Amino acid sequence: MTALHTPSDVERGRIAYRRRRAVRSVLLAAASTAVLGTLLVVAVTGSPGWDRVRTSFFNAEIAKESFPAVLEGLWLNIRMLVVCAVLALALGLFIAVLRTLRGPVFFPVRAMATLYTYAFRGIPLIIVIYLFAFGIPGLRLQGTPGVLVLGGAALVVTYGAYLAEVFRAGIESVHPSQLAAARSLGLTYRQTMRHVVLPQAVRRVAPPLLNDTVALQKDVGLVSLAGPIDAVRAAQIATAENFNYTPYLVAAVLFVLLALPLIAVTDWVTLRAARRQNAGT
Amino acid sequence: MLLSVDRVRKVFGPAVVLDDLSLAVDEHQVVALIGASGSGKSTLLRCVNLLERVDDGTITLDGEDITDPRVDPDVVRRRIGMVFQSYNLFPHMTVLGNITLAPTRVHKRAAAEAREKAMEWLTRVGLADKADSYPDRLSGGQQQRVAIVRALVNNPRLMLLDEVTSALDPELVGEVLTMIRDLKSEGMTMVLATHEMGFARQVADRVVFLDGGRVLEAGPPAQVLGDPVEPRTRQFLSRIIEAGRL
Amino acid sequence: MVSRNTVAALGSAAVMLAAVAGCAPADETAPTATASASASGPACAPGGLDTLTPGKLTIGTDNPAYPPWFADNKPSNGKGFESAVAYNVAERLGYPAANVTWTQVPFNNAIAPGPKTYDFDINQFSITDERKQAVDFSSPYYLVRQTVITTKGSKVDGVTNIAGLKDAKLGAQVGTTSLQAINELIKPSAKAQVFNSNDDAKKALQNGTVDGLVVDLPTAFYMTGAELDNGVIVGQLPQVGVPEQFGLVLDKDSPLTECVSEAVDQLRQDGTLAVLEKTWLAGTNGAPELQ
Repeated sequence: MTALHTPSDVERGRIAYRRRRAVRSVLLAAASTAVLGTLLVVAVTGSPGWDRVRTSFFNAEIAKESFPAVLEGLWLNIRMLVVCAVLALALGLFIAVLRTLRGPVFFPVRAMATLYTYAFRGIPLIIVIYLFAFGIPGLRLQGTPGVLVLGGAALVVTYGAYLAEVFRAGIESVHPSQLAAARSLGLTYRQTMRHVVLPQAVRRVAPPLLNDTVALQKDVGLVSLAGPIDAVRAAQIATAENFNYTPYLVAAVLFVLLALPLIAVTDWVTLRAARRQNAGT
Repeated sequence: MLLSVDRVRKVFGPAVVLDDLSLAVDEHQVVALIGASGSGKSTLLRCVNLLERVDDGTITLDGEDITDPRVDPDVVRRRIGMVFQSYNLFPHMTVLGNITLAPTRVHKRAAAEAREKAMEWLTRVGLADKADSYPDRLSGGQQQRVAIVRALVNNPRLMLLDEVTSALDPELVGEVLTMIRDLKSEGMTMVLATHEMGFARQVADRVVFLDGGRVLEAGPPAQVLGDPVEPRTRQFLSRIIEAGRL
Repeated sequence: MVSRNTVAALGSAAVMLAAVAGCAPADETAPTATASASASGPACAPGGLDTLTPGKLTIGTDNPAYPPWFADNKPSNGKGFESAVAYNVAERLGYPAANVTWTQVPFNNAIAPGPKTYDFDINQFSITDERKQAVDFSSPYYLVRQTVITTKGSKVDGVTNIAGLKDAKLGAQVGTTSLQAINELIKPSAKAQVFNSNDDAKKALQNGTVDGLVVDLPTAFYMTGAELDNGVIVGQLPQVGVPEQFGLVLDKDSPLTECVSEAVDQLRQDGTLAVLEKTWLAGTNGAPELQ
């Protein structure tokens, strides 16, 4: 290894100058943040309605009371999230692969898959849940599953459509030269998809996929309109009992805590994917 | 005759890229394709490899008409190895993974056997220490050599090389050309499209000059590159000489 | 050397700080002297109360507005028990029907802190102590009984006591004392199913995804009589502790509360409320009592 290089006077001067400037920027940022923060606090707590809002939204007593019920509701959110996310991802991947099949013989399959993604990205999720959880049981078919399963199905089918488009974008973003190389090695279309295209596609779209999963985490609670009690519903019930909004705040905090690990994973995956992706195409 | 291209025609929309082109390659022969961009070199290679469907004419490999629609292209491609200008290594797999993918999945060899063979090749080309690295850690020349190994490890009857040194820095070109020369000395049949005229002169048994989708001139390197008959060939070569590549 | 941008930023921050400090509180409805006035003081000037719009009374209710409390989802037609009560209260306060406007107030907006869009809200709000901390209630205008309803032939059809409901899947509208009744009185083994509206709850009952619903007595009669094909009333739940009553909701510390309560009291004392009940809630007797 070479000996450590000692900087010249010129370089030392430049380093000192940049350091001074950096320190000044940080101090300025801190000062302006402090000023802004103070302004906000003053504006909020000094406003005439502040006391009312504080008791309505930040009541410690009620927060403690409603916490167990909201937490229990959150457990439903978590269970639904895990199951629906997995199924929606699987469905989305399947539909995306169908949409990228080439050749005229597959036209009907492609058309149906396309129709599905258009339809379920268009219909509002609430309506789909209503149709599934209130409409299907109305048909009185043998072996109709419970409203939780039906609501979950509505979520899977709707989110599957969005995820299908994300996956499709990923698949189509894999450079055709990768396909050429894989086919040249004698890999069949299916093998090419499985070993070359999909691994790359999925890594590329991991960030938007995870983003959609975070969104799903919140939409999962909509099954509560069919009867089951999720965290938001539990908060709503507690709110109505006391005419106080604090339970909603409790629910919000819990949701954020739930989302944090997911968000951390998203960021980590994004970084790792970006590192690997640009090797000699 | 290992490979026979008979009056092949290929169009892309209004453009006729291969126009009634015929070419014959004997076993153990090395044929160099030269010509301007758009003269059809890459397209010809892709047609031989069935990555493109010909619009007319036939291609015969080992006596079998591979342009017959009843032929399974995947099966044909197992006998041909192709290497591309931009290496096209799979970025999500290690070097070893890249090389062993086809042997295990396509040729159904055992994983251990495939790995052994792969390491043999990597050692031969001096890249054994990169076996577990990902492609983004290798230089261009190293990646291209891995790409060549990846194609070779399947024992192809024929190797197609599409301007494999064009994307490389000049000092990395040498290591790839050395490897190709070694392949030739082992008797591999190769068709290579190239701009490296000096290399073509050393390695090729025949040089074929393509112009406007047709074979304009073909013959031994000394003749086509040293003393071409066609004026168009002369024109092309003089420009190459000017660019200092001959 | 501090840049010009920095000076500009700091300067505008200082200006903002000054503005906030000197900013007069908007919308300050200072309580007037009526706070300690006696019951029938001169503060309740007919037609001259401190309403949102002077000379007009703004009454709030939700959408849809259900029978038998309202009719045809139009509170302004005066039909339905609560619509009638509202117009009667308005008249006692000196606001004839022409000076009454209705406004749609979803449940959450009725109880939210901050300025209200109504003078009072009438929407089957039960008076509870916890709620009194957030809003003002008028005197009660109706005594509530929670009732279990179902469809003919269901699991709970024919049940005569609360014990018989323990295995059932029961439903109620969110935020209602009906839901509380399920959780506190019946305490079924299966969790109560909660719905955004009685419409959804009704659909679930028809689908069979719940075995029975709990609603207030008049709604029970209306649903089983007019809305459900095979609706039956199972029975009324016992009144436990303080009787449950509906009251009008007003903004906390509203200057109108005293006067509005007084008007309701008058309606009760002179028998108007009883008449209205008889008119709009007829046939809401004779439901069996569950023990």
